[in-house]
Amino acid sequence: MGKPKFAFYWCASCGGCEEAVIDLNEKILDLTAAVDIVFWPVALDFKYADVRSMGKGEIDVSFINGAIRSSEQREMAELLSKKSKTVIAFGSCAHLGGIPGLANFWRRKDIFERVYESVPTVKNPEHILPKMESKVDGYKLNLPEFYDTVSALDQVIPVDYYLPGCPPAPELITDAIDAILKNKLPKKGSVLAPDKALCDTCPLADSKPDKLSIKEIKRPHEIKLDPEKCFLAQGVICLGPVTRSGCGECCINANMPCRGCMGPTKAAIDQGAKGISFIASILGVEDEENTSDEDVRDLIKQIVDPAGTFYRFSLPYSLLKRKR
Amino acid sequence: MKQRIGVFVCHCGINIASTVQIERVVEAIKEYPGVVHAEDYEYMCSDPGQGMIRARIKEKNLTGVVVAACSPTLHELTFRNVTALSGLNPYRCEMANIREHCSWIHKDVDKATKKAIKIIKTIVEKVKLNEELTPLSVPITKRALVIGGGIAGIQSALDIANAGYQVILVEKSSSIGGHMAQLSETFPTLDCSQCILTPKMVEVAQHKNIKLYNYAEIDDVSGYVGNFKVKIRLKASYVDWSKCVGCGLCIEKCPTKVASEFEQGLAPRKAIYVPFPQAVPNKPVIDREHCRYFKTGKCRVCEKVCDLDAIKFDEEDDFVEEEVGAIVVATGYEVYGVQNIGEYGAGRYKDVVDGLQFERLLSASGPTNGEIRRPSDGQIPRRVAFVSCVGSRDPELHKPYCSKVCCMYLAKHAMLYKHRVPDGQPIIFYIDIRSDGKGYEEFVQRAQEEDHVTYIRGKVSKIYEDNGELVLLSADTLAGMPIELRCDLVVLGMAICPSSGVDELTKKLKIQTDANGFLTEAHPKLRPVESLTPGIFIAGCAHAPKDIPDTVAQASAASSKVLEMFGQKELSHDPMVAWVDEDLCSGCGVCISLCPYDARELEIKEGKRIATVKEILCEGCGSCIAGCPAGACQQRNLDDKQVIRMVETVLSRG
Repeated sequence: MGKPKFAFYWCASCGGCEEAVIDLNEKILDLTAAVDIVFWPVALDFKYADVRSMGKGEIDVSFINGAIRSSEQREMAELLSKKSKTVIAFGSCAHLGGIPGLANFWRRKDIFERVYESVPTVKNPEHILPKMESKVDGYKLNLPEFYDTVSALDQVIPVDYYLPGCPPAPELITDAIDAILKNKLPKKGSVLAPDKALCDTCPLADSKPDKLSIKEIKRPHEIKLDPEKCFLAQGVICLGPVTRSGCGECCINANMPCRGCMGPTKAAIDQGAKGISFIASILGVEDEENTSDEDVRDLIKQIVDPAGTFYRFSLPYSLLKRKR
Repeated sequence: MKQRIGVFVCHCGINIASTVQIERVVEAIKEYPGVVHAEDYEYMCSDPGQGMIRARIKEKNLTGVVVAACSPTLHELTFRNVTALSGLNPYRCEMANIREHCSWIHKDVDKATKKAIKIIKTIVEKVKLNEELTPLSVPITKRALVIGGGIAGIQSALDIANAGYQVILVEKSSSIGGHMAQLSETFPTLDCSQCILTPKMVEVAQHKNIKLYNYAEIDDVSGYVGNFKVKIRLKASYVDWSKCVGCGLCIEKCPTKVASEFEQGLAPRKAIYVPFPQAVPNKPVIDREHCRYFKTGKCRVCEKVCDLDAIKFDEEDDFVEEEVGAIVVATGYEVYGVQNIGEYGAGRYKDVVDGLQFERLLSASGPTNGEIRRPSDGQIPRRVAFVSCVGSRDPELHKPYCSKVCCMYLAKHAMLYKHRVPDGQPIIFYIDIRSDGKGYEEFVQRAQEEDHVTYIRGKVSKIYEDNGELVLLSADTLAGMPIELRCDLVVLGMAICPSSGVDELTKKLKIQTDANGFLTEAHPKLRPVESLTPGIFIAGCAHAPKDIPDTVAQASAASSKVLEMFGQKELSHDPMVAWVDEDLCSGCGVCISLCPYDARELEIKEGKRIATVKEILCEGCGSCIAGCPAGACQQRNLDDKQVIRMVETVLSRG
């Protein structure tokens, strides 16, 4: 048997996931020694036609990052799905919709209006907006369709495994590649990261009080965070309890609370809803009996942009999926 | 497993059938996936209805049962028992509430019918995912704690002790007896309160099954039904009761006089004192707040006169721990303060007294040896006004409830006054006369007819002093004329309120109180002596104002509930509790602060923090499950999968 064939592709993403592969450093050489990379537009010059000409299942594993926001991305995802034995959703955007998925709080027309017309630095008196077809000097030009709704990868094609994170931690990537090469992948549909939430491995876990209670919510820039103390105990929203571990605690170690990029744990259905209900659970519980409805409103008001805070990486994957 | 679910739709007479088209419901449900049988009946809870379910479970080999009828609060147990009788696990039976949640609240028959179908489908989906469960069993410590040594606590303690179980009786003052010991005679029979109470007090003290902690308070309560741990604070009395023989010399020689609580301030007591001569146990305590030695560092007269060296100025509060299986709370009442009633002088007038003070004036062992003499100058009052509903039935300013005993004791007071001062003039001001007990109305009639007590229907608007006399302003609402009455003494039928300190105690016991601070019963009609916390029972005026017969009856009822529990080998606990997938729990601890029952705790297992569930304490409220950020915690037979499935079913079309 020859070397397994790998493909890497990016959809609606920032490019950070591609960086994550490069961040394997010297190990990338081991990788190229062990596998054949047959498609990786960001690093090597391949054309779509090269993929189209491949046989069904010719690629062993496709690593696809980014959310699906346009018809071109969908087309490529479907094409890779056909040509690959295994598809891995790579990174938060492919896994849950990610940051691009926050666009689902708006409709396409609102986004176009904002980006192409009302942004202060834009001047567009002729109201030119992206169109799928336009004619320039007698030539017909096509653009992919910009979808109204951003989707996670498995909402478009079947996905076998998920590598979570924004971007996935190098250890998770090497573990996954190891598992592929040694044929030790877990059950299909698995997320290739530990099942427990971040508090399990958090270096600040021991500083967490037995009974958590937040009286006042602070944003990280509003206080000087104590790097030795559980952020929740400091009144800063940390999504560690609702977020899968395996990231290497890089944010925590950089004195920043968890933002939730690893997605929900195995048993949680909706990460944002879990986040909201857990924060509500520890908000002002000390003196609950003497708390009026107004006090509750005041407490909740302290959470700036709750939807963006709790659904930062997972809106397309949530139960409600998008704003109506 | 292939599901074979049977759906049984109840008409509930016309309660459901008049708004929901039962036939349509049955037809629609028959077709629903997983349902193999659907049938209706007028009264599913009746014997034929239950028989129908039993028969179908066997005939159709059902794996689950949905009874579409009323609320599970009413009949879940009924139908689970029916299910169990047919050999199917009772937790495979659920109720779909199409009465309270549907027929009773809708008028549109078509829409109500569609909604009923939706509700049933939802519950069918739940039953499909229900596990077979077995109730949890809990051992019982067959000893009871009774809190409060008034007549309620005494009765309750004696009943339980006489049945052969140990009782710990805790009383905060130095003697048991409570308010009943202060009363002179009791309505409606006029038997002497002391004569019927003191033998019971002695019986308590001598009972081999009763351990009495007087001058003690509950410091902490932990544990749960059948297995409570109680920490009791034994307040320092500064007297070694094991040495004291109660000779009383120390009391006689003590130089400090303080107003006696037992005499309602009408007579003095010493700083070292026994509250009243018939006290049980008859051992003195030193009132640290007023004792000259504790205040100035000099005196110690009591110590000098005590030949037995029983005085111990260096004594400190002590603590004991007791394990009990059940708790009876009988903390009694206190009288609403006269100082709260500005228009009646707010306590400024010596001759405006409350009911308990008048009891002491009537009492043969009271400060006046039973002669009625007014507090200001010791004169025998020639005209006495009795005012009912003072502070009671006054939701704007005071207490909204009726204090229940005032009508009767004021009638008794007026009657006894007339017996002692035959030419005296008793006048009762009332709003309504409530005399609904056995022999009570006859008693009130007797006061009016035989003892010529004048009853005037009218609220007293003001009482003031004028020239050594009291003036009452009121109206005779039956005659329709204003009244200005001069009298020598006024007795106020004050509202009665829960004892102070009950608030703190209820927090320790985790039981509830109502808006007025009285203990809340589990059900006002069907569970009147149980609190909502299993294993904790309530009796007497701590629950609501009541007279001696009702108090004794309720105390015995509470005891019988305790004995019902003690008659069992072990207790069973609902298995629909929270559980934790330890492979998913990250030990974040959110659940710990959420649990109202202290059933969640963080344990270290193999170096990892894991939040575990003490199943016996868990009441299945679901707070920790909703709060669990990782979904690591689930409730048996109501897990996230089931809830989502039910929500999807409710929201689905069709």
